[in-house]
Amino acid sequence: MPIAPLKTLVFVLALLPLAYYGWGAWHDTLGANPVEAVTRGMGTWTLNLLLITLAITPLRELTGWHAALRLRRMLGLFTFFYAALHLTSYLWFDQFFAWGEIARDILERPFITVGMAAFVLLVPLAATSSNFAIRRLGGRRWQALHRTVYAIGILAVLHYSWLVKADQSQPLLYGGILVVLLGLRAWWREVERREQLAGKYQPKIRNRIIPIQPRD
Amino acid sequence: MYPAPAEITPPELYARRREFLKTSIGLGLAGAVLPAPTFAAPAQLGNGAKKSPFSTDEAQTPLKHITGYSNFYEFGTDKEDPARHAHQLKTRPWTVRLEGLVRKPVTLDIETILKLAPIEERIYRLRCVEGWSMVIPWLGFPLDALLRQVEPLGNAKYVEFVTALQPENMPGVRSRVLQWPYVEGLRLDEARHPLTLLVLGLYGDLLPSGNGAPLRIAVPWKYGFKSAKSIATIRFVEQEPRSSWMKAAPREYGFYSNVNPDVPHPRWSQAKERRIGEFLKRDTLPFNGYGEQVASLYSGMDLRKHF
Ligand code: HEM
Repeated sequence: MPIAPLKTLVFVLALLPLAYYGWGAWHDTLGANPVEAVTRGMGTWTLNLLLITLAITPLRELTGWHAALRLRRMLGLFTFFYAALHLTSYLWFDQFFAWGEIARDILERPFITVGMAAFVLLVPLAATSSNFAIRRLGGRRWQALHRTVYAIGILAVLHYSWLVKADQSQPLLYGGILVVLLGLRAWWREVERREQLAGKYQPKIRNRIIPIQPRD
Repeated sequence: MYPAPAEITPPELYARRREFLKTSIGLGLAGAVLPAPTFAAPAQLGNGAKKSPFSTDEAQTPLKHITGYSNFYEFGTDKEDPARHAHQLKTRPWTVRLEGLVRKPVTLDIETILKLAPIEERIYRLRCVEGWSMVIPWLGFPLDALLRQVEPLGNAKYVEFVTALQPENMPGVRSRVLQWPYVEGLRLDEARHPLTLLVLGLYGDLLPSGNGAPLRIAVPWKYGFKSAKSIATIRFVEQEPRSSWMKAAPREYGFYSNVNPDVPHPRWSQAKERRIGEFLKRDTLPFNGYGEQVASLYSGMDLRKHF
């Protein structure tokens, strides 16, 4: 499939959750507590999109489908988009911009603390997503910066785990997927390091922009 | 061989008809009001229910939200799960055992309990620990009328409420999110307080399964989880009971769990609440607005410590 229509398709798909919650809020089909449904829905889709974004690289490695990489920026930006909506719905509908209460929440409630940390870390990634920013930063620094997405993933799953009352099944599911996505990267990196050390290194598809320094 | 009645009539219909028959007989209505029981007329528990001075005149939460948004973890942890699954709960036959530190334990049939005292309508606020609230027109009578069926021993200080456990009908108990069966508790004087209601119905009718059929309690000045649902056993004890939530997270859930805007839960500030159906939040009141009636129960206690 050529990439342009695929991008359009992904763009439209990524807007569907917003459409669902927008329509539901308007027509009052989100149940007894629509405000909570919207906040949670936006949070869920932030996490879904974050994991989908993180799945692109392993998908490429496993399938050799390099064009997948060209969807990654859009997926990352949608992650940020939903995170911003999630945060807005918290600031507005949960707190009605009571900044004192919000500050207390961030300081006193661990699930808000890590959620906020995840959001703050997302901001520079969204801000440096343009080609211009990549050129300005240079590939190496850009890539180093964008590796914070791994930490964001961990913070996001912690956020979820700490906010549920008793049933950890969903956070565990997301955590499991994250472990696989990050574990694959760690594993491949280790394989590559060993190959380099063994002198077998030749640049191939899997190579990283940052060359791996042999450990002493 | 005769087919079982359940095979002739669709089971849901059959169960409802049976329930209707039993309750109408239970309430002594069958002969008086209806010449012959027909399916069309539902058993109206609320007919002739007394009004109560404890009722609030705030706008009542629509029934669909009361049934559609409920925490009853035996049926799953989603608030929609009770509406989806609780119809599986077998509510007849049903008995409640009163036991523990009492002179003579008794087991009472639900039909007996339904006749124990005049049914009252009590429109109470319900405040969930998660920061939302409702206004619910319960039907029932003071829990004390049931507790009086036994004579507690002098060392009975607390009452423990144990929810029925029907693993084959309760999909939620397959996962151990809480320790089953669900246990809650009150101090004896709290349990005997006139506000503490033994609930048998709501909105004029029998209690929907997802809200704790066939009988539960409503303790309106405490967070919702203190009001045990589908009660099978009431046990008089000497030591403060450890509830299922206290066992799950001792730092988060205390024994008293009185509604208190000044004592935050680690995850939720309790200062405000969202009334279901409203957009703006409202201030949460101490003891959920029932301070006048119940504050004296706790005089001299540090409610930050005994949260
Ligand atoms: C990358 C950042 C974030 C991600 C991935 C994320 C994800 C989530 C998820 C998955 C949920 C649970 C949804 C559910 O229960 O179905 C959630 C709920 C929530 N999040 Fe976030 N979140 C993020 C940032 C934040 C921030 C910055 C705040 C506020 C400062 C926040 C506040 C909340 C609140 C208040 C809830 C609802 C809790 C409840 O209803 O009890 N989140 N979030």
